[in-house]
Amino acid sequence: MSKFNFILLAVLAFTVLSCADKDGKGAQYFPNMMYSDAYETYGEYDIFYDGQEAKLPVEGSISRGWMPYEYEDNLDGYDAAKADLKNPLDYTEKNMNKGAELFNIYCAICHGAGDGKGTLVQREKILGVPAFDDQGRAITEGSVYHVIRYGLNTMGSYASQLSQEEMWQVNMYVMKLKGDLEGKEQPPFEKEQ
Amino acid sequence: MRKVTLNQGILKYFLLSILIVSLSSTYAQESEAEESAESTEAAIPGADPAEGKDLFNSLCAACHKPYKDGVGPALHGVTDHRDMEWLYKWIANSQDLIASGDPEAVEIYNEWNKVSMNAFPQLSEEDIDNIISYVEQPKPEPKKKTADTATASADGGGSSGVSNEVIIGALAFILLMLAVILYLVNKTLRKFAAANGVELDIDKNKEARKPIWVAFAENQFLILVTVGVMLIVVTWFGYGALMNIGIDKGYEPIQPIHYSHRIHAGDNQIECKYCHSSARTSKQSGIPSLNACMNCHQQIGEVAEETATEEYSKEFYDEEILKLYDAAGWDPSSQSYTGETKPVKWVRIHNLPDFAYFNHSQHVSVGQIDCQTCHGPVEEMEIMYQDAPLTMGWCIECHRETNVKMEGNEYYEKIHEELAKKYGVEKVTAAQMGAIECGKCHY
Repeated sequence: MSKFNFILLAVLAFTVLSCADKDGKGAQYFPNMMYSDAYETYGEYDIFYDGQEAKLPVEGSISRGWMPYEYEDNLDGYDAAKADLKNPLDYTEKNMNKGAELFNIYCAICHGAGDGKGTLVQREKILGVPAFDDQGRAITEGSVYHVIRYGLNTMGSYASQLSQEEMWQVNMYVMKLKGDLEGKEQPPFEKEQ
Repeated sequence: MRKVTLNQGILKYFLLSILIVSLSSTYAQESEAEESAESTEAAIPGADPAEGKDLFNSLCAACHKPYKDGVGPALHGVTDHRDMEWLYKWIANSQDLIASGDPEAVEIYNEWNKVSMNAFPQLSEEDIDNIISYVEQPKPEPKKKTADTATASADGGGSSGVSNEVIIGALAFILLMLAVILYLVNKTLRKFAAANGVELDIDKNKEARKPIWVAFAENQFLILVTVGVMLIVVTWFGYGALMNIGIDKGYEPIQPIHYSHRIHAGDNQIECKYCHSSARTSKQSGIPSLNACMNCHQQIGEVAEETATEEYSKEFYDEEILKLYDAAGWDPSSQSYTGETKPVKWVRIHNLPDFAYFNHSQHVSVGQIDCQTCHGPVEEMEIMYQDAPLTMGWCIECHRETNVKMEGNEYYEKIHEELAKKYGVEKVTAAQMGAIECGKCHY
């Protein structure tokens, strides 16, 4: 009887140990089904020249949904964008709501409701965030897009977090907040097609 | 046991009283410190550093820090080598001053890489006085006293842990002493017995007794019970071990950079999707690029005193930010990127088998499911761990219980109406939409 127990124990121990995974995680029944031969996202493989599966896009390629941006990342580019660039999106409620939603995720943490008093500013983690109605800056659609895309001074670029369309939607909401701060009335929304 | 609880009670009161005393004393010290700050404020007579702080934080702090160089120079001590008249002119419009050929202005412009400072025509001389008086305040000493009280309070809070150890130690010591005494008494008594010629019963019966294992082997009932118990134990643990295969709940690896979700998502209320932006739009919730980190950490080079905890000191956290700088190729001394970046080898925690399809955007954007539903209380996690078992049963259970949100979606409205009629329910669950069909996740 006890011999049988011993064999049972040995079999169990063998089953558990033989499946134990090498990266410190628990055991797997079928490791080759859990970890397939296909390259995993962010994986590390010798076949790539720097060992990484994650790659930067080839230089000069344009992602789907994006258009080339002709203004350069310098003060001249900023001034040109500020003067000429206009929001290509329709001024609709849908775009505005999406913009507000995204603004609250990405911008409000510092910019608050456009007054430059977000949570991080109130907690004195990040300082020197100007309000959208700052006279010296006098932001426009074009300058806001330029800054979201490239970043300026201590603000970084948000092009990795937002798509081109989303940046314009956020932009629309930023201009609304600016108008609110200046006490302007918002124009009525266009009808959706 | 009763004695022990009593002890603990007394100990708690004792610690509490210490805590109260130390707290009240620090409070007194703080108010003293405030008074002394007010008395040394008179760098500029009549100026208000509190108002200056507000102005400084909203207008200057993007580039200047009081005690450290940023984009522009540190401002503490500026009145030692510049007079106020010059400062008024410089702050009102630095470019005009440089253009006029003022040697001091040209020198500082060249020294700081010809970065032009914004003009502040809106600031009055009084405002500038206030700002300067704020930056000229002596650097506050690191709050040692508060740190002491913090440890004291933590001791108070964790008193059960510490005192328990002490009590167990004391009990172990007493037990040991008792054992030693017993042994000595036994030995002495035997000596007495031997001396008085008394024959002890124990010595007489020794040889006649059967060895215990033979007695055990002869008792069939005992063997039956033992085998039964062993079988149950083996089955119990074996079953548990087998059921845990492939489940990594609680997996908590050490990451190359100690990133605290508690500080970022908890204390600072940063949205999950701020960093994990691709969870909105793609199958994968990608690892945030270092660019997302540097959006804030370009400016935040060290943590605040209050961020440090018992377990992790301010120095520890500051060191981790330096690791980020190293990986992102940011040189904090020159405030610029070196271009030499290193990938951070984050350890993946949540991993589904390749034969199961899971799409983040489907759950996050369409389903409007909170991240915490599957990832647990991330905003409280100092170190990230896997909170859910991520088994198929766990998925199915949620799909059976969760109602599909279809408000404001015309496409779903019709389907919803028909399905609701078909199943005779008011709300349609994900399962009734077909979310537990095999082919939805396995294909």
